[in-house]
Amino acid sequence: MQALLDQMIQEGAFAGVPKEVVYTIAMVLTAVVVLSAFVAPLAGVTSWLERRVWARMQSRVGPNRVGPQGILQWLADGIKNIMKEDIIPTAADQKLFPLAPYVVFMGFLCAFVVIPFGESLIVADLNIGILYLLSVTSLVVVGILMAGWASNNKWSLLGGMRSAAQIVSYEIPAGLSVLTVVFLAGTLSMQGIIKAQGWRPWDWFMFHNPFTFCAFFLFFTAALAEGNRTPFDIPEAESELVAGYVTEYSGMRFLFFFFAEWGNLYVIGAVVTTLFMGGWQVPPVTDNPVLLGILQFLTFFLKAYFWVFVAMWIRATLPRVRVDQLMGLCWKYMVPLSFICLLGTIGFMFMDTNSRRIFGAITLGFAIATIINFFRRVGFQFRSAKPEAYWKPHI
Amino acid sequence: MDTASFIFYLLATLLVIASLLVVFLRNVVHCAMALVTALLLIAVMFVTLHAPMLCVLQVMVYAGAIMVLFLFVIMFLNPGALEQQRGLWWGFGTLLAMMLAGVLVPLVATSDLPADPVAATELFGSPEMLAKSLFSDYVLPFEIASVLLLVAIIGAVVLAKREN
Amino acid sequence: MDVNLVPLLPAVQVLVTALVVTLRDLFIKDGESRGVLAFYSLVGLGLAAAEVFFLLGGRQEGAFNDSYMLDRFALFFALIFILAAALTILSAIDYVRQTGMREGEFYALILFATVGMIVMAAANDLMVFFLGLETMSIAVYVLTGMWRSNGRSSEAAMKYFLMGAFATGFLLYGIALIYGATGSTNLAQISAYLLDQPSEWPVYLIGGGFLLLIGFAFKVGAVPFHFWVPDVYEGAPTPVTGFMSVAVKAAAFAAWARILLYKLSPLDNDWVFPLWIIAIATMTLGNLLAITQHSIKRMLAYSSIAHAGYLLIPIVVGVEWGGLPLLFYLLAYSFMTLGAFAVLTSMTEGDESKDGYSDFAGLGFKRPFLALAMALFMLSLAGFPPLAGFTGKFYVFRSAVLSGHLNLAIIGVLNSLLSVIFYLRVIVAMYMEEGGAAGKSFRQAPFVYIAVAIALLGTIYLGILPADALDWSRRAFGSLE
Repeated sequence: MQALLDQMIQEGAFAGVPKEVVYTIAMVLTAVVVLSAFVAPLAGVTSWLERRVWARMQSRVGPNRVGPQGILQWLADGIKNIMKEDIIPTAADQKLFPLAPYVVFMGFLCAFVVIPFGESLIVADLNIGILYLLSVTSLVVVGILMAGWASNNKWSLLGGMRSAAQIVSYEIPAGLSVLTVVFLAGTLSMQGIIKAQGWRPWDWFMFHNPFTFCAFFLFFTAALAEGNRTPFDIPEAESELVAGYVTEYSGMRFLFFFFAEWGNLYVIGAVVTTLFMGGWQVPPVTDNPVLLGILQFLTFFLKAYFWVFVAMWIRATLPRVRVDQLMGLCWKYMVPLSFICLLGTIGFMFMDTNSRRIFGAITLGFAIATIINFFRRVGFQFRSAKPEAYWKPHI
Repeated sequence: MDTASFIFYLLATLLVIASLLVVFLRNVVHCAMALVTALLLIAVMFVTLHAPMLCVLQVMVYAGAIMVLFLFVIMFLNPGALEQQRGLWWGFGTLLAMMLAGVLVPLVATSDLPADPVAATELFGSPEMLAKSLFSDYVLPFEIASVLLLVAIIGAVVLAKREN
Repeated sequence: MDVNLVPLLPAVQVLVTALVVTLRDLFIKDGESRGVLAFYSLVGLGLAAAEVFFLLGGRQEGAFNDSYMLDRFALFFALIFILAAALTILSAIDYVRQTGMREGEFYALILFATVGMIVMAAANDLMVFFLGLETMSIAVYVLTGMWRSNGRSSEAAMKYFLMGAFATGFLLYGIALIYGATGSTNLAQISAYLLDQPSEWPVYLIGGGFLLLIGFAFKVGAVPFHFWVPDVYEGAPTPVTGFMSVAVKAAAFAAWARILLYKLSPLDNDWVFPLWIIAIATMTLGNLLAITQHSIKRMLAYSSIAHAGYLLIPIVVGVEWGGLPLLFYLLAYSFMTLGAFAVLTSMTEGDESKDGYSDFAGLGFKRPFLALAMALFMLSLAGFPPLAGFTGKFYVFRSAVLSGHLNLAIIGVLNSLLSVIFYLRVIVAMYMEEGGAAGKSFRQAPFVYIAVAIALLGTIYLGILPADALDWSRRAFGSLE
């Protein structure tokens, strides 16, 4: 992006306009384009898909009325919510209450700046990319606390508190797992991390050694917890807190929180893909830059979306944890484990490539064996239970 | 006025406004939010000074962690109770602030800071530079800081642990 | 990269001891004796002291780009800190058990604080100094509040923490301004800068120096930044109070001497007068308020303010004459104050301190040794010959006279006379009144007796045969060159 801009400035496309202004306007324009053309439909479709997938897993049908297979359901929901009355409770804080959803939304949106959809498809390849991502994610907490407090409601406040405690705590294992990758890649830049990997699974950091494999799961778990996703969604636990910090919200503001949540799901997937799964790396099949770009984008998108699917899957199958279990899991298990992963990976960095590859291969073999075993068991389930609905996805 | 100064003055104005809001807003949570804003603006200022790493750390450490703990404590206490106790302390604080201003303004006004800013090199403010100076010139402070954090952790546990 | 790690040896030794104590503590079950932890701590401190002596013999050099200078000066102070930590731990063993504080963490935090102090004394870089200071301060804040079943302890910890944080703000601001003016945090480079461009310094350099001054004044508890001292000293567990009034003060003075008195000495003219006022106000106010106290612990708190005032005299006097008396007086002060607090520590019944004058009534007949020792410590603090306090004061006032600050010397002597009133009151209570608390017998608290005996020996030795220590102080201060 920047290279393109620089070239255009060189060619005198914006004569007389200061460089910084051009950059700023370009950034804002990119943000608007990314937001409207990509993030909004992405979050919307994800919401529909989640409900669909979820319904399937619970032998229900899910939304299937608006558009083919109900795929336009999110548009209907959006229109409905926009047309609703904007309610701000009398007892709520009149300034912070309306502001909070936008802070949350902004925190999540900022993440898209550094997500590398392709070799040249990135808004800004900052040399501190992943650190930037961690820091803007932590901004979301401020918004959530704001929402919880401004609602002037005990459930909301408790939800906000829980969420803040949870995000701040889980940032530590997440950060440490990221650090393992950063150590291997030797850079904080998102593109740099991807370029340090390859398109083959055994070139991915996930299968670099057993410790990175472990770090991957730690990161994914911590990311789910940071995104307030089930099984870590205690900030909005219906059974205890009504809806936590979103209790008092309705209409479009309510939607903004969920916009952020579903969008964030994709961010989690994208980060996992970047850090552990080789990002947009594709086999060298073509020299055509456009074709290559499309291929890279598709690769990245599908990899990332696979993890979104996994998150949905987890949500449909796992029960919610208790608050003390949540904190215990983080501080007693995940933090020490992520330290071990970090140290172990440092150990592997001293090993010569060939011996290291043996461990990588064992890890990969273990992962493949697990997947095969999974499908074997699923097959067994299908054969013995013969569930009707599974075979009719078109309902 | 060139763009850089324009951006600086814009940020500085906003920063001063945010800081004043921290002092003058009546609601403690609003003050804290204004402080978050001020800290974020400082982060942006770091970017304009070609120090993106500092910017990100500023956001992560201050806005992301310290202010969250601040808010946490403020929200758990009853903010209404903190709004009391004005008069005397305000007078005292104002007096102190004016004394500080009386010292600082002449100090800054009479000082001769270099007029030309130092040009930023390619690596300036990058993680590489930071790491290099941290682990070569400043490795001793770095290690002592780790001892300091350990002491703080032990201290916090000692003071906070529930007694049997 | 060539790294010289030898100068770090004493600090690392104490640090490792602290870590061993912390970890070993985890493997001792509740209800079992934790005496072994005190033993580990003392052994570790002993090893550190041995290393200090070993390093005294060798060539002293800087490490880490000269940001850490373990010269004779630092070694001298390291010994004071190690001594203070050891005596505090010795006198605290029984105290900690009786009051139900967490033993392992108590010893570990004393050791951590000692690490911070050693770093402070050896710091030749403002950043290293600051981190050492914070390590020490945080450990001491926690130590102050460790007696959690006692409300006053918690209150003292809170006050100390808030005041300390305030002082830290001043220090940090001062450091920032000095860095801004000179472009370095390294004292050698700052000093070189000051000598390079005499009297053409930016104004904010002097401002930074003043902010540092205020921060130090806070830390040593000099008037007008003393108001936290009495409450904190009274509320803190007694052994911790002794540790604070000796080691923390010595550490602050060590840094003060190295940074302001020595390295920033070109700026001397700017703060001689304020310092002069601070010194006089500190000793006078400390002594006057000490007279009015009913608790000996609180009296000792004010007396420690007064002694901060005496210690400021050599600093006002300047590099030329001030170095020797400052170091020697700190050494003497350490022995007598630690001894007095050790006696005070032994006056605990159950988890209740008996530190009023009335509690000391008749102690001379019930516990002759403790009372005799206390009497000698009091006489020494008041400055009676032939005890350490006299020698120390003599050299302090002599330096004032020699450098032409006759008024300081006169006010100091008058203050010493004033202080006799409340120090003698303790002796009067012990030998001429009846009733009061018993204090612990040797069988109950052998370690306190050891601590008192060591402090007593030191006090008498420095009073009668000061020559070695004087020579040592002179060479220690000389090593700053």
